[in-house]
Amino acid sequence: MRITQGCFSFLPDLTDEQITAQIEYCLNNSWAIGVEYTDDPHPRNTYWTMWGNPMFDLRDAAGVMLEVRACRKAFPDHYIRINAFDSTRGFETVRMSFIVNRPKVEPTFAITRTEVRGRTVNITMTVVK
Amino acid sequence: MLNPHATDAKAEGAPVPRPTSVDLAADFRDSGVAEVLAQLDRELVGLKPVKQRIRETAALLLVDRARQKLGLTQDTPTLHMSFTGNPGTGKTTVALRMADLLYRLGYVRKGHLVSVTRDDLVGQYIGHTAPKTKEVLKKAMGGVLFIDEAYYLYRPDNERDYGQEAIEILLQVMENQRDDLVVILAGYADRMDRFFASNPGFRSRIAHHIDFPDYEDEELLSIAGKMLDQQSYHLSDEARSVLMDYIRLRRTQPHFANARSIRNALDRARLRQANRLFDTAKGPVSVDALSTIEAEDIRASRVFAGGLNIVEGL
Repeated sequence: MRITQGCFSFLPDLTDEQITAQIEYCLNNSWAIGVEYTDDPHPRNTYWTMWGNPMFDLRDAAGVMLEVRACRKAFPDHYIRINAFDSTRGFETVRMSFIVNRPKVEPTFAITRTEVRGRTVNITMTVVK
Repeated sequence: MLNPHATDAKAEGAPVPRPTSVDLAADFRDSGVAEVLAQLDRELVGLKPVKQRIRETAALLLVDRARQKLGLTQDTPTLHMSFTGNPGTGKTTVALRMADLLYRLGYVRKGHLVSVTRDDLVGQYIGHTAPKTKEVLKKAMGGVLFIDEAYYLYRPDNERDYGQEAIEILLQVMENQRDDLVVILAGYADRMDRFFASNPGFRSRIAHHIDFPDYEDEELLSIAGKMLDQQSYHLSDEARSVLMDYIRLRRTQPHFANARSIRNALDRARLRQANRLFDTAKGPVSVDALSTIEAEDIRASRVFAGGLNIVEGL
C-alpha cells in the first residue's frame, strides 16, 4: 500500500532533479534541513531516525543531496524523508516534509477492532510487512 | 511550494533549436564580468600578473560557456585553482573576487566563499575527520572552498596523521562534483610545491596555478593610503616619507607579511596618535588633528630602533 505522508505523497515519486528543486526552495526560505529514515511507516510513528544532524548552514541543495544519496545507499529499503525546519519566531516547526525514498514493496496496514464497554469500538492499526 | 512537475513540462517541450553563433561582447557585458574585473583593478593595488591571469581565466571561461551553448563541448572545465604567494599578498581577497566572477559566469550556483584551514577539515581522533571534512564540503557546495595554508593538510613526518583522510575525501569530491564546487588551495610557493609533489592527485586536478608576487614599496605605500582612507585617517606629508622609510626597513626584518604588516603598523600608529592627542591636547581637538597621523607616530616604531627582537607585529 502506498504510504501517503507529507507533501507530494499523492504524486508519482519525485525525481532527483525535482527533489533538488524543492530543497532549493527550502534553503531560499532559510529553513534547516534534516534527513530521516525509518522502516516503520505507521502514522503514529512520528519520530523517525535522524540521518546525521540537521543542516543549518547550507547554501546549496547539492550538500543535502549528498546526504540523501548516502542514506539511500545505507538504507535502500527504508522510507527516507526530508524535513525542512523553520526557526522563525511563531513558526518554530517543520514547515515542509516529503518522502524521497520508499522500499520496493511497501507494507500494508491491518485493522483490529476490539469491542469494549458500551459497544465502543477501539481500532488498532498494525503494519503488515 | 514549487510545482514538482514544472521540470517535466520543460523536458517535454519541443527542443530549443541551438544557436549557430554567439555574441561574445554581449555575453561579456551581460554577465557583469567587466564589473568584477574593474572592481579588482580599482580595489587591489599592484598584482599585475595576478590580474592578467584572472582576465585570461575569465576570457577562457566566457569562451567555454559560449562553446557549450553551441554544443561544441559538454564537460564542465576543471576550475580548481591554487594561489601561491607570501603572506599578505591578497590571496584571500582575490579568492573572494574569483568566487564572484565564477558566480557571474554561471560556473558556481551561489557564489559564496567558505574559507577554511587544516583545523576545520582534520579531526582529532579516528572517525572524526570524515564527518568534519564532509560538513565543510556541504557548506561550500554551490560556491568556492578556499583552503588556506593547504600544505598543512599533509604531514609527511607522521604517517598516521588524519590529514591524509581529508585529502582523499577532498580529491574525490573535486573529481566527482566539479559542477557543485570549486576548490582553491592557497599557501607559500615553496611549501605548496612540496605539497603537490607528494600529492600528485592534487596537481593533476588543478587547472589554474596563480602566483602572487610581493608588493613593491610604492604599492605598499598606496595600500596604506587606501587603508587609512577607509578609516577616515590621513598621513601628514612628513609621515608619508617616514612610512616609506618604515616599509623599506621593515622588509629586511623577519616576519614581513606585505600588506598585513602595513595594516598592523598603521594600527599601532593609530594607537600612538591617540596617546599623543591625550598627552598634548589642552582644550578642544580639531577634526584635522583627530584624523592626521604625524611622522612621530610612525617613527616611534621599534622597526627604526634596529628591528624586532621578539616576535612582534607579524
